[in-house]
Amino acid sequence: MTYFSKALVSAVALTVAMAAPAKADPKAEVLHYWTSGGEAKAVKALQEAFAARGGEWIDAPVAGGGGDAQAAVLRARVLAGDPPAAVQIKGPNIQEWAEAGALADLSDVAEAQNWDAVLPQTIQDIVKYEGNYVAVPVNVHRVDWIWANPEVLAKVGADVPTTWDEFNATADKLLAAGIIPLAHGGQPWQDATVFETVVLGIGGVDFYRKALVDLDMDALGSDTMVAVFDQMRKMRGYVDPDFPGRDWNLATAMVMRGEAAMQIMGDWAKGEFAAAGLEPGKDYVCAPTPSEGGYLLNSDSFAMFNVSGADQVEGQNLLSELILGTEFQETFNLFKGSIPARTDVPRGEFDACAIKSMDDMVAAADGGTLLGSMAHEIAQAGAVRGAFIDVATAHFNSDMSSEEAVEKLVSSIKLAM
Amino acid sequence: MSRPPIPFTDRIARALPQIVVAPSFAAILFFVYGFIAWTGYISMSKSKMLPNYDFVGIRQYWRLFQMDRWSVALENLFIFGFLFIAVAIVIGCLLAVLLDQRIRAEGFIRTIYLYPMAISFIITGTAWKWIMNPSLGLETVVRGWGWESFRFGWTNDETLAVYALVMAAVWQSAGFVMALFLSALRSVDQDIIKAASLDGASPWKIYTRIILPSMRPVFMSAVVILAHLAIKSFDLVVALTGGGPGYASTLPANFMYEMTFRRNEIGVGAASAMVMLATVAAIMVPYLYSELRGKKHV
Repeated sequence: MTYFSKALVSAVALTVAMAAPAKADPKAEVLHYWTSGGEAKAVKALQEAFAARGGEWIDAPVAGGGGDAQAAVLRARVLAGDPPAAVQIKGPNIQEWAEAGALADLSDVAEAQNWDAVLPQTIQDIVKYEGNYVAVPVNVHRVDWIWANPEVLAKVGADVPTTWDEFNATADKLLAAGIIPLAHGGQPWQDATVFETVVLGIGGVDFYRKALVDLDMDALGSDTMVAVFDQMRKMRGYVDPDFPGRDWNLATAMVMRGEAAMQIMGDWAKGEFAAAGLEPGKDYVCAPTPSEGGYLLNSDSFAMFNVSGADQVEGQNLLSELILGTEFQETFNLFKGSIPARTDVPRGEFDACAIKSMDDMVAAADGGTLLGSMAHEIAQAGAVRGAFIDVATAHFNSDMSSEEAVEKLVSSIKLAM
Repeated sequence: MSRPPIPFTDRIARALPQIVVAPSFAAILFFVYGFIAWTGYISMSKSKMLPNYDFVGIRQYWRLFQMDRWSVALENLFIFGFLFIAVAIVIGCLLAVLLDQRIRAEGFIRTIYLYPMAISFIITGTAWKWIMNPSLGLETVVRGWGWESFRFGWTNDETLAVYALVMAAVWQSAGFVMALFLSALRSVDQDIIKAASLDGASPWKIYTRIILPSMRPVFMSAVVILAHLAIKSFDLVVALTGGGPGYASTLPANFMYEMTFRRNEIGVGAASAMVMLATVAAIMVPYLYSELRGKKHV
């Protein structure tokens, strides 16, 4: 190192030291895509809590595309060497950013707050990289729900089905009565949502784990998978002809209006029922899709990027502490309609569906049946998730045979790995 | 023998055109051709979520051409491109000939036909999405009139969705083609037409034998303009069909976006962009070549 560059380094170090006094005011730039409705309110709550503890919050919302637009911004910022402090990313994307060496280590906060004790193992696996926390989970959405209109089901004398055979029998009865059995929107991610609940139901927890999480080629090409696609073909018969391109909330509205009996969708659907002033258990029923105690979770989280400056690091630590704090977990999830990621949050304010979801999550975590959703970027992300969705949606929207779908599944997953 | 030195101001004056053009030339060289070259390199690299400069040869292209989604997109591009260009030219040409009959209120009618061009594809796509929605649009209306078996749910049918794209795109662009042809029709030498009709040629013969052949260059421009519109079509698909049902109506531009920005497959995305570039080049290069060669003979 030459004299000049040494001088430069010490000069820079000095400036940084001056700019960041020992006890800095916490500061965090937060990149997120929660810009609408309950989500925006929820972020505001976090912002206020952060400010109340003396933090300076720099809001960087990127609207649109369910995070696609944000991903582009994030990539550009990281490549330019100027990452935001906290970014809303989830699932395997956290692992990819951690592998690229872009994420900060949150072990200190985690230890001080005893995160290991309050988070289910499956969620820990999502937000940890090589044993260290690099992200903070915000919430848990359950994906494998059936939202049903009890009045409509009563017309054919049926209850919410608890096995897939029962599901098919009920749906056939509904069809005969001139009622749409399944409200569904033909968008690739919705097709994939139904697909993964069928994989969980027909194949079981172990099969789901082998096929959709571990990408075991034997499982993907097995007869069980053929049976899954057979069931998907049946499901296709249970949706109305207008389904392509329909948004999920319009499908939910069909259940509310009694045009359709059931919808398979994550618990963000609850927000639609709540907004219409309907009550769980009375006006609508939430029940897990048929499976042996399986639970498919979708969890949002904030990953903390490597930032320089004591004030930013301080901001990250404070933010992490607040996000996983019981208070914020409660407020946020009440706004968002999801359930807290930690298991010890007071339940008083939550509705019946949320409480059922909490109970089931704890039970599933104990029984080892808590699984990440593939369609919602927890079990898989990027190319592999895309390959699953492609095959599920191509099969659902054509007259492809189940055998051909399985063949395509195996070859496209291989190609995407 | 030494020439007298050229005064400095003269040199400046002589170099002025180059000086003025240089910044934009440099900018285009870097931002257009530079990034084409960069994309070309990325398409041969290992890039996934972030650009990665490890060279892997044509592996990304090999993967690209194994993807079912890509073959659907490419096939759609050929169907969509061919039909869109052909139908828009036929309809545009027909409208131009009809408008050329010295009719009343020509200016008004011309504006009506040209107007869709002023609308963005997003609006066109959304409007047609509603028109073609079986329970909101034309299908319900016609069934309400009593024609119970009428079907117009093209966007909901995986084999017809791509034709729905053609229909909306033609609706948007046919008026523009009409304007191109109309101005060409007006510039045909009237004396030749008079001479032909004196010789007893029917109006049909005059159009097919004299006027339309003389408009060859306009056909050429229309094809080039429509072809590049077809290849870069993206927003129409997003608004009208969302690429669906399934991915039955995606086009290569949508594929590229999906891979690059949603699936962490920058390498495959770049490869598909290069294939699109090659497709455009296959159309543009012969055209530019014939145009530029023509100029030299003048």
